[in-house]
Amino acid sequence: MARIKLFVPLFIFVALAALLYFGLGRDPRELPSALVGRPVPAFALPSLRDGKPLDATLFRGGPRLLNVWGTWCGACRDEHPFLIRLAGMGVPIVGLDYKDDPVAARRWLVDMGDPYQEVIADQDGRLSLDLGVYGAPETYVVDGAGIIRYRHVGVLNEQVWRERMEPVYREWEAR
Amino acid sequence: MKVFRKTGARRGRMSLSAMWRVFPVALGLWWSPGAAAIAGQDFAGAAEQERYRVLIEELRCPQCQNQNLAASDAPVAADLRKEVLRLMREGRSDTEIIDFLVDRYGDFVLYRPRWQSATYLLWLGPGALLVVAGLTVVLVVSRQRRAHPTAGLDEAARETLTRLLDETGDNRLDDRR
Repeated sequence: MARIKLFVPLFIFVALAALLYFGLGRDPRELPSALVGRPVPAFALPSLRDGKPLDATLFRGGPRLLNVWGTWCGACRDEHPFLIRLAGMGVPIVGLDYKDDPVAARRWLVDMGDPYQEVIADQDGRLSLDLGVYGAPETYVVDGAGIIRYRHVGVLNEQVWRERMEPVYREWEAR
Repeated sequence: MKVFRKTGARRGRMSLSAMWRVFPVALGLWWSPGAAAIAGQDFAGAAEQERYRVLIEELRCPQCQNQNLAASDAPVAADLRKEVLRLMREGRSDTEIIDFLVDRYGDFVLYRPRWQSATYLLWLGPGALLVVAGLTVVLVVSRQRRAHPTAGLDEAARETLTRLLDETGDNRLDDRR
């Protein structure tokens, strides 16, 4: 008994070291999204393409991705080809053009291809602020009822899609 | 740096003592992280400015690892500063403004974590650790006292020891006492 007590500090040390070690492995930049499980915030914004008014009913009927981008965002350029591949695979993507020049944004879609079903022009960043966007690109999985189910901050690539987003997307697709 | 220019224009050049008087003020302006964030705004009064300063210093920039809204150059921080001021002018309370940001960006934006189930350990942990450590020390010390109630030498032992040391010619025990 006394022997075991001798090792108590060692156990405490090991437990603390394990806790801190796993804490180190977590990405401190990743904000737990406040909006997962909540509906896409209400909005009334024009379409980037033709100015026609859009609102949150856009997200009815089947899950889709909501991709936040901008022509000023370098990482979005890297991400774009993968979005085009996803669209080719039949995944519906709604774009959110975040604080951007609409003319430049339209040219970008002509030059680089257009993976989006529809693009919301959020010129003053109101909707992005309501979504808690703090940089671009960001991509959300929104279910058929307009509820946000997953959020990825940073470039969406093959690996992120396969390992993290696709399972969520497929789950909501199956319902 | 208006101060320098005005004084300089009037007197040609600034005296050393004047410079010493201005220096702390200049340093204060330069050093306070929120100075730039505040300088770009028009305020209705000193009270509004002060309230704004306190709020943006207590809220964390979502894009940065360790900067508050006041100190950050990130575009999102500029947007959120604007938003804070807008909400203030809408007549929202501090709590409402903070809730507004937490609703969108999560607890990450709080430099002072809230009292909720996920933060009990954070708030109470250090205190609990201190209490446990203190109790352990008390326990160990008192147990040692009980185990060796007459630690050190009693009178008889001391006399024996002194005599023995005398015999060997080494009598430094008294000096050591």
